Amino acid sequence: MTKTTIQTPLIELNRLTKSYGDHIVLDQLNATVNEGEFVTLVGTSGCGKSSFLKLLLGTEQVSQGELILDGQPIHDEPGPDRGIVFQKYSVFPHLNVRENVAIGREFEKKGLFGPVFGRLFGKERKKALEEADHWLEAVGLKDAGYKYPHELSGGMQQRLAIAQALIKHPRILLLDEPFGALDPGIRKDMHKLVLDLWKKHKLTIFMVTHDLHEGFYLGTRLWVFDKTRHDPHAPERYGSTITFDLPVGKTDHQDYQQIKQSFDKSIVEAA
Amino acid sequence: MKRLINQTPSRPWLVLLGIIPFIILLLTYQWGSEMRKAENPRDKLLPSFTEIHQAVDRMAFTPSKRTGEYLFWKDTQSSLKRLFTGIAIAALIGLVVGLLTGAIPLLSAPLTPLVTAISLIPPMAILPMLFIVFGLGELSKVVLIVIGITPFLIRDLYQRTKELPSEQLVKAQTLGANTSQIMFRVVLPQLLPRLLDAVRLSLGAAWLFLIAAEAIAATDGLGYRIFLVRRYMSMDVILPYVVWITFLAFVLDWLLVKLSQKAFPWYHSAK
Repeated sequence: MTKTTIQTPLIELNRLTKSYGDHIVLDQLNATVNEGEFVTLVGTSGCGKSSFLKLLLGTEQVSQGELILDGQPIHDEPGPDRGIVFQKYSVFPHLNVRENVAIGREFEKKGLFGPVFGRLFGKERKKALEEADHWLEAVGLKDAGYKYPHELSGGMQQRLAIAQALIKHPRILLLDEPFGALDPGIRKDMHKLVLDLWKKHKLTIFMVTHDLHEGFYLGTRLWVFDKTRHDPHAPERYGSTITFDLPVGKTDHQDYQQIKQSFDKSIVEAA
Repeated sequence: MKRLINQTPSRPWLVLLGIIPFIILLLTYQWGSEMRKAENPRDKLLPSFTEIHQAVDRMAFTPSKRTGEYLFWKDTQSSLKRLFTGIAIAALIGLVVGLLTGAIPLLSAPLTPLVTAISLIPPMAILPMLFIVFGLGELSKVVLIVIGITPFLIRDLYQRTKELPSEQLVKAQTLGANTSQIMFRVVLPQLLPRLLDAVRLSLGAAWLFLIAAEAIAATDGLGYRIFLVRRYMSMDVILPYVVWITFLAFVLDWLLVKLSQKAFPWYHSAK
């Protein structure tokens, strides 16, 4: 983005490189992201968009360069400053819906046994569950509070996973293909929900998606990950960079077509 | 006419078809018994149902002339006590070690090879050692059961812990959980129903080790009695004892299923 801001950026990428041995996945990424932005990451499979999300999440570490959150190098393991919603398995099957959300508060319990068992009792528990109800209402799951995750549809489970993350007020919310497994109709509802939540709670969101249209429709900023150089004899030699960094909404149709073409081309190549 | 693989019996037929083999088995037995009795009325190999009934009456409903105890019930009580103690200890060790090695790589590194090695020792081969070390009392019998089934339980629960989706563990970390809280709130509750499954699978082995230990050194117990009356070729006692052991094994298995369904409904409906 060329626009200059007086805000200090929330996230900074300085010549960020990620490699596995000789295999370079991400090559010298530079970018800054401000608080309140909604960045969607698109690209073909194997382009490194998921690797980048894992770097943000802390399950993978930067190989070279820097990834800065709030002026500090990002933690090397997942923490409460970064919320996550995976495509699947991000809710706890043995807890009901309210407990699934309240558990984020239970983990904060101090004292002798809190850090050991992470469990609240009596008044404290009631308060945490009431707070959970508030977030469940925000994601439209108020009536399902006493259900277990297996009784919920895929879309409802993703709503629950979002509520779980939001109760911790994370600095950034990471969405890893959150709607990939949902039906198109449900997906539309979820888009609306995420946009509403983002506006209302001033979230900073990174969302990985393989759905280009989703990338254009949601968010304020679109990052396209792709390789700029390609060696057919040694495909692992060059990593991806951010080939497009577009403010969404002002994008013209030509850009969309151009990106879509490069997408289709690489799909044909892959096949 | 449908293909054979597509034909399923209706409910009443299902029950009937299940019972028929048992009836055939009983009738065959009776026929064999009568054949042998016709040749030699004092034959002991296949006692008639009347003789078995008398033996049961003598063992279960008449006080022993020597001690005044009802031997059948005394044997049952002693055996079940050993079995339950052994299984309880093994389950506890299996759960704790399986959980810790499955969830903490630094503990798995030194413990997993050891557990694998121990699990390969044939427990019956070290039974004499147990008698030498722990004496001929209750302890050595319980220890044999523990040694016999604990390695299996540890390895099974280790595997079940590993199978929990890593997304859940990452999610818990983004909700602020520390290692201990993840153990107690995320992993342990999900392992409990899997522990019951593993115990069910190890019940057969537990019975085997119990009866083996009782056969060699005991003064009461179901296994002890069977091996004692073998000297008098008392098939009339052995047969009902075997049926009784089978029945107890069946009931235990059934109780574990029911307990699991009652205590962990989320586990059973999610499958």
